[in-house]
Formats: sequence, C-alpha cells, structure tokens
Amino acid sequence: MNETFDYSVVDGILSEHGISETAIIAILQSIQEEYHYIPKEVFPYLSKKLKVSEARIFSVATFYENFSLEPKGKFIIKVCDGTACHVRKSIPIIERLRKELGLSNTKPTTDDLMFTVETVSCLGACGLAPVITVNDKVYAEMTPDKASELIKELREGNCDD
Amino acid sequence: MDNRDYMMIDGIPVEINDEKNLLELIRKAGIKLPTFCYHSELSIYGACRMCMVENEWGGLDAACSTPPKAGMSIKTNTERLQKYRKMILELLLANHCRDCTTCNNNGKCKLQDLAMRYNISRVRFPNTASEPDVDDSSLCITRDRSKCILCGDCVRVCSEVQNVGAIDFAYRGSKMTISTVFDKPIAESDCVGCGQCALACPTGAIVVKDDTRKLWKDIYDKNTRVSVQIAPAVRVALGKELGLNDGENAIGKIVAALRRMGFDDIFDTSTGADLTVLEESAELLKRIKEGKNDMPLFTSCCPAWVNYCEKFYPELLPHVSTCRSPMEMFAAVIKEEYSTSSKRLVHVAVMPCTAKKFEAAREEFKVNGVPNVDYVISTQELIQMIKESGIIFSDLEPEAIDMPFGTYTGAGVIFGVTGGVTEAVLRRVVSDKSATSFRSLAYTGVRGMKGVKEASVMYGDRKLRIAVVSGLKNASDLIEKIKSGEHYDLVEVMACPGGCINGGGQPFVQSEEKEKRGKGLYSADKLCNIKSSEENPLMMTLYKGALKGRVHELLHVDYAAKKEAK
Repeated sequence: MNETFDYSVVDGILSEHGISETAIIAILQSIQEEYHYIPKEVFPYLSKKLKVSEARIFSVATFYENFSLEPKGKFIIKVCDGTACHVRKSIPIIERLRKELGLSNTKPTTDDLMFTVETVSCLGACGLAPVITVNDKVYAEMTPDKASELIKELREGNCDD
Repeated sequence: MDNRDYMMIDGIPVEINDEKNLLELIRKAGIKLPTFCYHSELSIYGACRMCMVENEWGGLDAACSTPPKAGMSIKTNTERLQKYRKMILELLLANHCRDCTTCNNNGKCKLQDLAMRYNISRVRFPNTASEPDVDDSSLCITRDRSKCILCGDCVRVCSEVQNVGAIDFAYRGSKMTISTVFDKPIAESDCVGCGQCALACPTGAIVVKDDTRKLWKDIYDKNTRVSVQIAPAVRVALGKELGLNDGENAIGKIVAALRRMGFDDIFDTSTGADLTVLEESAELLKRIKEGKNDMPLFTSCCPAWVNYCEKFYPELLPHVSTCRSPMEMFAAVIKEEYSTSSKRLVHVAVMPCTAKKFEAAREEFKVNGVPNVDYVISTQELIQMIKESGIIFSDLEPEAIDMPFGTYTGAGVIFGVTGGVTEAVLRRVVSDKSATSFRSLAYTGVRGMKGVKEASVMYGDRKLRIAVVSGLKNASDLIEKIKSGEHYDLVEVMACPGGCINGGGQPFVQSEEKEKRGKGLYSADKLCNIKSSEENPLMMTLYKGALKGRVHELLHVDYAAKKEAK
C-alpha cells in the first residue's frame, strides 16, 4: 500500500456510507468528488475494508462511464453536443477549447491538471444551447470567443486563489 | 394415489425430485442440453442462452434459471430453438479465433464441440476476432483473451469457490473483457495458481501452462538422467481420456508409458507423502506436547493454499506446517540419491496441479540456483505426451515403480483426496494400529466430498479436534471462525474442491465423476499391504541414510521466515 497516500479522507467517506459491499458505487462517487478521479491507491485499501476483490472494484469502476481512473483537471469543462447544441454550433466551441488548451479527443486533461474537456450528450438545457458547464456551473449560449474568454478568466481567477 | 410431482419434457412425463432448475431435470431425463456458463457448483449466470427451452405458451425460458414446477410442459428441441442456438454459436464464432488446429485446447473445447454438434459449417458474419492477446506471465496458467466468450465461469470460480477474485469483468458492452485490476499481468495479481479457472473455461482462453516441449528435449538428451515422480491423484484421473474407466487406478500403466517414453527412473509421490506424514505428525505432537495449541497446525502440502495464505493471511504463516510438500520432500531425497551420477540430473513431477509449477520454481526449493523439481507436468500434459508418443495406453501391461524408492503405503496414496492427509496423520498418531482401528478412522468424518468436515480423535487422554476443508472459500470461512475463538488442533486445507483429484491440472469432468476418483484412491489404499507410513521399510533406510542429520535441511521449509527476511 502506498505510504504517501492519505487514507483518512477515504476513511471519512467510508464512515459516511457505511463499510458495506453494497455501498460501493456511492463510495466511489464520493472518492471521485474528492479527487476528481479514482486514484489507484484506493483499490487495495477499499478491497481490504469492504472485503471485495480489487478486480471487482475495478469492474464497477470501469462499467460506469461516469467514473474516471485518469486524473482530471481542477476545472472539468463539459461541452454539450446533444442535438440542440450541435445544430447551434457546439463543435467549433469544442475545437476552440481543445486548441486553446492543447487537448484532443484522446487527451482530455492538461498536463498541469488544470483543465479537462469532455463532451456530453445532453445537459437538459436545450433552450440555452449551446451550453457548457464548468464544475457543474452552467454557461449558456456559448460561442468560441466566449469560451476563450472563459478560459482566460478561469486561469486568472485561479491565480488569485 | 401417486402424489409425486411430474412435468412434461418433450412430451414425456418426468418426475421432479429436488432439482434446482429445469436444466438439471432435462439432463437427468437424458437430453444433452448445451451450456457454456452453467456449472452446478457455481451461482447461476444465465448469460450464454444456449439452454433456452420453449414453454407451452411459446415463450422462451433459460432452463438454468427456471425452477421446475409440477404440471409444467416444455420443449427442448423446436425449430425456433435450434435456429437460435445455431445463431448464438455463429455469433460467438464470428468474434472468436478459429485456428482450432493450433489451439492449446484443441479437442477439449466446448465451443468447438458444440459447433460440431450443431453442424455449423459456415459463419455468415465477418470475423471480427481480435489478434491473440496472450498473458503468459504466470507459471501456472496461460490466458488468451481473444479466445474468451465472456461466460464468466472463471470469474465465478475464482471468487465463489476460491474467494480469491483475481479476475473479474471489466468495461462494458463491446469493450467488455475479463481482467485483473488495472489489467495487470496475472502473475502480479492475487492469483494463487490453483488453475480452477482453466478447468472451468469452456474454450482455450485460460489453459494450463504447457511445459512439455522443453521436457521432451531433456528426455531425448543422452547425457541427461530423467527421473519422475507421479502424484497419487494422477492415477485415477487420466484413464478416461485414454480409454479406461473413470476412477480406475492406472498407476501400473502410467509407469509402463513413462518408461516407454524414455524416463530413466520412475517413482511414486506416495513415498514422498509417507515422509510428509512422519514429519507432520511429529510436528503436530511436538506442538501438543509443548502446549502450543492456541492456534491449529495448518497443513502445507497444497501450494495454492500456501500462496493464498501468503497473500491473504500472512499472519497465519507461523502456524502453517514447516513440512515441505510430498513432491518437494521426495525431490530433495531423489536429487540427493543421484547426486553422484555422471549425467546431468533432471527431475520431473507429474501432478494434478497447476500451482505446483509455481512451487517448483520457488527460491526456497532451489539448491545452488537449480530447482529440485525441474519440471512439473500436469495430468493433462501427461495425457498429451502419451498421445504424442503413439502409445496405446489401454493395451499397456502394468509395470512396477523403480527401486530404491519402490515402496509406499496406503497412507501416502490417499493424500490425493480431501481428508487423506488427515487420515494418514491419524494412522500415525493413534496408538491402536489394528486394522479395525484404521477402519474406524475412515468413519470419524474425514472422508467424503464435502467442503468442510470435522472430526475428533483421542490421543492419549486428550481429544484432538480436526477440521478438513477444500476450496479456499471454505478455508477462509474456517479461518474467520478460528479467529473468533473456535479451537482446532489440526486443519487440513486443500485449495481445490475435493482435493487434488479435482486439481486444476486434471482433465475436466462433471461432479458425479469426481467422486469416482476419490473412491479409486481409497480402493488403491485397500490394495496396499502397508497402511501406516511409519511401517514403510524404506522410511527406516532413509532416516538412517540420506536423511541422517539433514531432516530439517531436506524436508522442511519456513515460509514465514522467508517472508520476514524480505
């Protein structure tokens, strides 16, 4: 087990959900909320605590698209590419974001772990199309230029922190 | 009035007893309903859909997951069902490597078998099989994911029977695969090497590691002296594939076949087991005498159990017997005996086991970097070698094993079945050595195919409590029980359900046939004129000769100490 990994966070999550095999999805969700992904260090730890094999936890974590085993950025930008957003030109927004951040379809996260860009199929806000969200905050009627501006703001805002 | 329950299967009334599902009843009625994902010992998965039957309303039910009910009426063989079964097979084949002739599982494959049975002469869909994706990191088993049909048998055996859970399904939809955590090579996973997954696998996706090619070279090499030992469980399991009956003791024919193949010295691991009995009994009695009995003594013959203990219960290692397994004890003695030979020495062990391949390669059992056992060949591989040699096995005249290690006892032979080690140790420990006394030991509860057995035997004025478990899930349940205060003096653990007779290296058989193998070993025991290990005259010779002053060096190992040293 990893010596440098702080398991007290995981312990907190475990006590919140109860140490039970049936709570495994909720536990993984909380871990992902904390770290923005599921670190591989938690697998042997959870396996021991929950008495479930690591392979079984891996099975659950890979079954759901929502779980990520790769580290994600501080800002997770979801660009809606559902039908409404698509016809209102969501693709140029995605392209601009990826160009600006040096990302691609296969490389969703920046090396400094600041930004992750992913597409989603519908955010249920078609009236506001094209829509993007940053860490679940909604930005309506986007354009490529507005997107560039937003990235700039996020970067600066982050520097202020 | 006849108040038995009946149901109709293909228009024939069939009596319902306590069958768990339609499938078992249908098979009992003499219909070979095809399945990939059904094993009576495992939970029901219902994924392969090969066992579909048509009910009286024209609906389709999976026979494996439908309980039989009185008055039910089903058909197993309609035009629609046949069409669906063929379609399933075609779809599986469309996504499967079809180089059967060069597959390690050629002739033993369920997919091949059913494709033949259902006369699949062409597949209408383009072949989308992936390139071979082989993981041969393990010394025990080889995986090729491109041959996997996702029936999940391996996953369920590994977690339900063995409580190991080294593999599971990963990803989903068309990307679904069987995987270790983070796709690690199997050797780096929790795998203990028991090989039960290879037994359960219907295709060539998981097979026993093949070590025969290199061995042939050594057999043909004139400057190499090849000795071999044959494990007890092998003799009752290979006959069926070679034209004998299930459970028939074929030791004489195996010896004859090995000699014809070119092995120089042929011995029986039962002799090694006699050594184990003496050492393990001594260890048990010493513990009792010293009053060290807060924890039981766990047996150490089963290498998959030792692996499991190291990976999952390292704190128990100090309570695992320091005795080497019969194979390793015997190998050390044999290598010692021939150490002055002018030829290069190679020692082979024919085992029912895949984990033995790992055990043989352990650092603990190497002398100057050379393992005492150079090759471990599973029963399946031996069958293959006999076939390659063109020997007509059923026609062979039985032959006797070689001197100077030509004697073994019934106690050694029964090591191959769950409870056997315990019974052998009890024969050594009890004070009354009469035939009646030995016969009554058989009824203390140590015999039978049950996964968990308990027995108690008087030793002097002390009652010894003994537990016998097979299947690692049963072992871990028992360990939890012991941790919460249950007391035993001796615990025998065999990783494979039923013991070595159902080892991962044995040919696959249905559960009814497995019992015949156990019976075969007990009748081999009856035929031995010596029943108790200490009466084996060879033991006296060995302890006065080769083993004098070297018992600990040659017959013992301390897994716990090695672990701490790391």
